[in-house]
Amino acid sequence: MTYLAKPKLHHPDLPKNALGLTRRDYEGTISTLCAGCGHDSISAAIIQACWELAVQPHRVAKLSGIGCSSKTPTYFLDKSHGFNSVHGRMPSVLTGANLANRELLYLGVSGDGDSASIGLGQFAHSMRRGVNMTYIVENNGVYGLTKGQFSATADRGSKSKRGAVNTDEGIDLACLAMQLGASYVARSFSGDKHQLVPLIKGALTHPGAAFIDVVSPCVAFNNHEGSTRSYDYVRHHNEAVNSLDVITMHKEITAEYPPGSLQEVRQHDGSVLRLRKLADDYDSSSRIAAMSYVQSHYARGEIVTGLLYVEPDAIDLHEHLGTTMRPLNELGDKELCPGSAALAQFNASLR
Amino acid sequence: MKTLQATNDFVIKFANVNGSGSASANTLFAKSIARMGVPVSPRNIFPSNIQGLPTWYEVRVCEAGWNARRGGADLMVAMNPQTWEKDVAEVTPGGYLFYDSTRPMPAGKFRDDILVIGMPLTEICNATYTDPRQRQLFKNIIYVGALAALLGIELAEVEKLIGEQYKGKEKLLEPNVKALRMGHEYALAKLPCPLGLQVQRADKVGDKVFLEGNNAAALGAVFGGATVCAWYPITPSSSMAEAFAKHCRKYRMDKETGKNNFAIVQAEDELASIGMVIGAAWNGARAFTCTSGPGISLMSEFIGLAYFAEIPATLVNVQRAGPSTGMPTRTQQSDVLLCAFASHGDTKHPILFPQDAKEAFEFTADALDIADRLQTPVFVLTDLDIGMNERLCDPLTWDDARTYDRGKVLTKEQLDAGARFGRYLDVDDDGITYRTYPGTHPSRGSFFTRGTSRDRYARYTEEGTAYVDNMQRLLRKFETAKHFMPKPVVRPAAKPSRYGAIYYGSTAPAMEEALALFEADGIHLDALRVRAFPFQDAVIDFVNDHDHVFVVEQNRDGQLRTLLVTEGALDPARLGAVLHYDGTPITARFIHGDIAKRLSALQVTPLRRTVAGGASGE
Repeated sequence: MTYLAKPKLHHPDLPKNALGLTRRDYEGTISTLCAGCGHDSISAAIIQACWELAVQPHRVAKLSGIGCSSKTPTYFLDKSHGFNSVHGRMPSVLTGANLANRELLYLGVSGDGDSASIGLGQFAHSMRRGVNMTYIVENNGVYGLTKGQFSATADRGSKSKRGAVNTDEGIDLACLAMQLGASYVARSFSGDKHQLVPLIKGALTHPGAAFIDVVSPCVAFNNHEGSTRSYDYVRHHNEAVNSLDVITMHKEITAEYPPGSLQEVRQHDGSVLRLRKLADDYDSSSRIAAMSYVQSHYARGEIVTGLLYVEPDAIDLHEHLGTTMRPLNELGDKELCPGSAALAQFNASLR
Repeated sequence: MKTLQATNDFVIKFANVNGSGSASANTLFAKSIARMGVPVSPRNIFPSNIQGLPTWYEVRVCEAGWNARRGGADLMVAMNPQTWEKDVAEVTPGGYLFYDSTRPMPAGKFRDDILVIGMPLTEICNATYTDPRQRQLFKNIIYVGALAALLGIELAEVEKLIGEQYKGKEKLLEPNVKALRMGHEYALAKLPCPLGLQVQRADKVGDKVFLEGNNAAALGAVFGGATVCAWYPITPSSSMAEAFAKHCRKYRMDKETGKNNFAIVQAEDELASIGMVIGAAWNGARAFTCTSGPGISLMSEFIGLAYFAEIPATLVNVQRAGPSTGMPTRTQQSDVLLCAFASHGDTKHPILFPQDAKEAFEFTADALDIADRLQTPVFVLTDLDIGMNERLCDPLTWDDARTYDRGKVLTKEQLDAGARFGRYLDVDDDGITYRTYPGTHPSRGSFFTRGTSRDRYARYTEEGTAYVDNMQRLLRKFETAKHFMPKPVVRPAAKPSRYGAIYYGSTAPAMEEALALFEADGIHLDALRVRAFPFQDAVIDFVNDHDHVFVVEQNRDGQLRTLLVTEGALDPARLGAVLHYDGTPITARFIHGDIAKRLSALQVTPLRRTVAGGASGE
């Protein structure tokens, strides 16, 4: 419903970022999702994260699949090109787009229906390849647009709104991402903006495959008793293992923390991920320890959130392929066409 | 017994076991004949298997230059005991059988109407080599030497080829030459040299090159400026992606940085391949995928997205025999309708039909331009016969003055200058609208790409009028496409005729040979080779200008004929279907026989029986 225009007027004293832009410059059209939908909070967090990082809005490409979550890219960054692709196939479209121009920021938005069912294969392979992207799954455990069927991330034993019990094992996309080689994996809750915004900022600055599983309650179909994706359930079972500050390279590090509780991760681009431990025994630098921690806590009914795993020296797909630093879409005839002399040689080799 | 006598006009067939190293020896054999100035067209007939199953290599030696498969075998080189009976039975009466006589064969295993030539290949190898792999590999070279003696192939030409093949690998060169000479000397001393079948030096090859369609199409993608290739292995197209990688390593490395001016991803499946192509093309890179029929089936959903959202994509479909897994290593032209209408809803896609490796090169490069110009998926339809066989064709050419047509793309400067931008706004009235690449301008030109219906400014809508407006514009665009597609090639008969024939793709060599047969019969048949869909007016006019037109193709259902009937609103009764679809390449004998029969049913001139060299086989 793009005919619903947002009011152009805004407060003259809205704070500006390093580019002189206000948060309003990072917004999109008015959301058509249900009032109270967790997805809208995620859109707001994306806007906040991009504004804080002073990302140039038009240098972001936002891609999605099909579903409620995949509609959200219209609700933020309206100066960016967006691509609402086909169900479950955002990862391949994003991969191709990334190959064409390595200079843009790629933001993939998907849902649990989109990424854990039809798109599980493409989700997996984009992680394996180390595509430089921020991949957010807005995870509500349910199919909203088709009115309340379980999705593949719904926990076994959880109840649907109509009272049906899910008998299939739920897929933990964050664990899967870690196992498949994603180099930045986080989980958060749409209701916790303070945790989510820095995690998105960290993902955007991360030079590899960054995945964030955001539990995002569906107020229409999955916010009842017996659901494990309701606001109440997630608030009561949320176990945050750390809290993150993202310090971009041009900012000085000033905050002070008690010794021992702080871990600093310096990334390629000079940005620093500053992690304050909330759980003493959590180690986000070990993929295996992280997976084990997340799974054992899940067995106790806890949802582990925070920056679960980060590999600061991540290598992305372009580095694997040895692609030129120039965007491929800028190369022209001169660089690309070998010309008739080369062809004459080719012919000669075939006689 | 009267044995076949022929110079520069016969078929030799090698029956081998796959994985035995016979392919390179057989290629060497074929190339050495071409080096003597005698046109030759070899074909691989192979199973979907790595090692141990039967494989054949058929070489047509033909001074007249016909590249089509002829059918039949005048000389069988029977190296595979598994297929012995079938191979022996296939030999033309009066023909020849060459076999490994190390183990005695019972007399009942032979025929008395062919000349049998035994050579104890295994025995010779075992006496000369101790390493089992060497025994196997050199056996192939030894028989090439023996055949050279039997058929009058100049040994110097074979040795020169071996020299080129092992340039810089002298360790391999010497034993190969030794094995070749060993076979040659043995044959001269002990076998009935020369046979009735002889190769005689000629000058009919000229500057032609020996080239595989997949290799040529891959080079076309390099010349055409493709920077992104996403693919999934499938016979018979895999060698195209591999050739693209090889050509890119040679032609596309940045000389200063050593970095790649290309990106190739072997995707997890065909769905991802086409997704990546669409993503890359949306973002302004030239991208393609190569696949075969099953891959197109899988890609269909995305093809519909690219059609409706108007994103360029180049797809090379190296067709094989369907449906389903069908015959994965056999040839067909059975994906015409699939490609023309791929995906749900009303869709139509441009298709190019190259006839050989040269056109596979040209059309693949053209397709990248056409896809950008039309902002839509464009298909290049080859097949296994073109793609996986080396064939003599005219040398490839490229005009250095040519520049890439990137189509209607607004730049930052144009947007700054106030260019009016509506992603789906038809300002030029040709159905093609302007697009922008992501990241172009801070405040102008962004839009949302989607597979859902939208208005001229890319805003989501389910308004019927906006939807119809858009669908009608897509039809206008399809009409515009005709100007950018290769034109049909018309071959008028010597005299005006009421009868015509339409053909395309790999049917061309057989059709051209059949037309020569008709001409010799005094039967006049105009012919037109379709090179693209949508059909230009010349194609429809050709049908309308004739009482009856035969549509010759390699599928069961007459797919191009169906397309002609529906797109040209033509009377089906006037279009006869001449169909060959057993997985082997179509032959002139088949076309000539089938059309002659139909013409006589249509009560034209009485036909005299025609026999063109050789014999059985069809």
